Amino acid sequence: MSFESAGYQLLPVLPELVLALGAMVLLMIGAYRGAHSTALVTGLAIGLLVLTGLLELALPAGKAITFGGSFILDDFARFLKILALIGSVATLVLSAEYLADSSRRIFEYSILVLLSTLGMMVLISAGDLIMLYLGLELMSLALYVVAASNRDNVKSTEAGLKYFVLGALSSGMLLYGASLVYGFTGTVSFAGVAAAVKTGSIGIVFGLVFLLAGLCFKISAVPFHMWTPDVYEGAPTPVTAFFASAPKVAALAVFTRVALTAFPGIVPQWQQIVVFVAIASMALGSFAAIGQRNIKRLMAYSSIGHMGFALVGLAAGTTEGAQGVLVYIAIYVAMTLGSFAVILTIKRNGQQFENISDFAGLSRTNPLLAFFFAMLLFSLAGVPPLAGFFAKFYVFVAAIKAGLFTLSVVGVLTSVVGAYYYLVIVKVMYFDEPLPKLDPVRVELRTVLGIAGLFNIFFFAYPGPLVSMASAAAKSLF
Amino acid sequence: MILPALFFYLFAGVCVASAVMVIVSRNPVHSVLFLILAFVNAAGLFVLMGAEFLAMILVVVYVGAVAVLFLFVIMMLDVDFAELREGFLEYLPIGLVIGAVFLAELLLVGGGWVINAGTAKSITAAIPNNVSNTEALGLVLYTRYIHYFQIAGMVLLVAMIGAIVLTLRHKVNVKRQDINVQNARTPELAMSVRKVASGQGLQDVDAAEWVQ
Repeated sequence: MSFESAGYQLLPVLPELVLALGAMVLLMIGAYRGAHSTALVTGLAIGLLVLTGLLELALPAGKAITFGGSFILDDFARFLKILALIGSVATLVLSAEYLADSSRRIFEYSILVLLSTLGMMVLISAGDLIMLYLGLELMSLALYVVAASNRDNVKSTEAGLKYFVLGALSSGMLLYGASLVYGFTGTVSFAGVAAAVKTGSIGIVFGLVFLLAGLCFKISAVPFHMWTPDVYEGAPTPVTAFFASAPKVAALAVFTRVALTAFPGIVPQWQQIVVFVAIASMALGSFAAIGQRNIKRLMAYSSIGHMGFALVGLAAGTTEGAQGVLVYIAIYVAMTLGSFAVILTIKRNGQQFENISDFAGLSRTNPLLAFFFAMLLFSLAGVPPLAGFFAKFYVFVAAIKAGLFTLSVVGVLTSVVGAYYYLVIVKVMYFDEPLPKLDPVRVELRTVLGIAGLFNIFFFAYPGPLVSMASAAAKSLF
Repeated sequence: MILPALFFYLFAGVCVASAVMVIVSRNPVHSVLFLILAFVNAAGLFVLMGAEFLAMILVVVYVGAVAVLFLFVIMMLDVDFAELREGFLEYLPIGLVIGAVFLAELLLVGGGWVINAGTAKSITAAIPNNVSNTEALGLVLYTRYIHYFQIAGMVLLVAMIGAIVLTLRHKVNVKRQDINVQNARTPELAMSVRKVASGQGLQDVDAAEWVQ
């Protein structure tokens, strides 16, 4: 029995294979050359991620299913994998300064980011529950370690431990749900589950709830968000930027895929869960962020809120809704990476500052930086004509067309509340007494901020490519 | 027919008895040893059912690794178990309630089994006849489920890297064995012959010279 004839083509998994083998080669380079190879390994890791992305784009278009249905490569997977890879590349670029510090020259950091990215790619392409779980664990396990990578810092260690314990709990819930779904349908593949589930029996709904609870934890949606602020605050800032971008993409992708392809027969059942989670996340993300003093905690609540907005699109359960989710997550990644690039620049005399008050008077000391950050904040708040407005626009239009009026109204109201705390930062930057000038901004931070900031400002001029790609990706799910 | 039944009651009886002893024995080390006995008997039950792979896994993983780990933890941590036990009677009612719930669930499962014996078979794959179940697992694990196997391997790799990243510290002032230096030592380097004047000792010799 040859591999190809049994439906086990290797071509669709070529990018994953390259990434896995490359990560192991880099591990060997690092292990043999020791700690002073950190910069080399990081550089090669960035190259490897770019190569993986190019391979992903070079693969023949259309839908390919391999490994007996457990690996699906379609436009949806391609779109989100590229996005996750962009998030990982940006993280490694932002980490350059963190890794250059002599006290923590750990080359394994880049390897762990690579392996975590591999997990995300597996997760995005998962076609059955086992693949989903394996991808999720590969992604999360590496994340727990990088959260604690600054191991001499108590907060970082605490973040890693907290994330690990709660992550293990959520994995347990996810597995319990998966076992119930398997028990009631007799299959683990999404297509098989979809064929078996026509009516929402109590057992299936139980399984669905636990499955979605496990996934909600990964996208940090309320009521499974408790870990987010502490982990975001405690983890080293480049790691926080990673947490807020690529893993969210992968988890939201699998959330969408499970809901739309495994349970299309019981849309009303999961729709009410998603609507509740979306409303709760948007509300908590807006109100809880108001009292925050630490910018990383604020970004944590902001990401909780944004996941709520993205789920509004999913709640619609239509092609348009899925397209809205994809556009939202793409713009969210750009805004988040840009914001974290700014947060990383707040250094005075070599010391990193994380409080909102440390941004005081930035407009007079670093006007360009302040301008870009203000634009990113306006965009996060959803002010037109910036990118963040279009992100919200697409999900709300989809929700209204699906008749979810309450959800849309709550969403718009909470985004108004959310605008308050973003504007407070703008006020601190533009109207407070300036603090001493920042250290010179490193070139890699400028690059990331420049790309994210320009995308954010000029998205309205040329939204076509992203929207049409998202539309094609969304169609491949139905 | 009588022999398997006898073995079943032997294994089951010892298993339940040692499970009871795990809870009631005063010495935590005894508890762990009884736990190991319970595991081994459960493995015996698996063999009786024809699930020899599960039996082996149970012995290798639980007895070989988990129970030994327990033993280490109990011996290393200075936990005052007598103190932990103080509230034993206080928690008895809630313990009984939980026990009753478990019993009811077990009865329901057992009842379902008796009333409709076909349920389990209707949603599971047929058990192959002419191969042992270790062989059956081996036949699909490295062919049909090769991708799961490989990704699980990557997960374990991450666990290994993670453990090293978080715990390994290179200390500077630690003496390590350097075989090259050892081999390069010659008798001239390692020793010197002195004439020692009576009653005076070797006061001129630096102590550090001897350490080398």
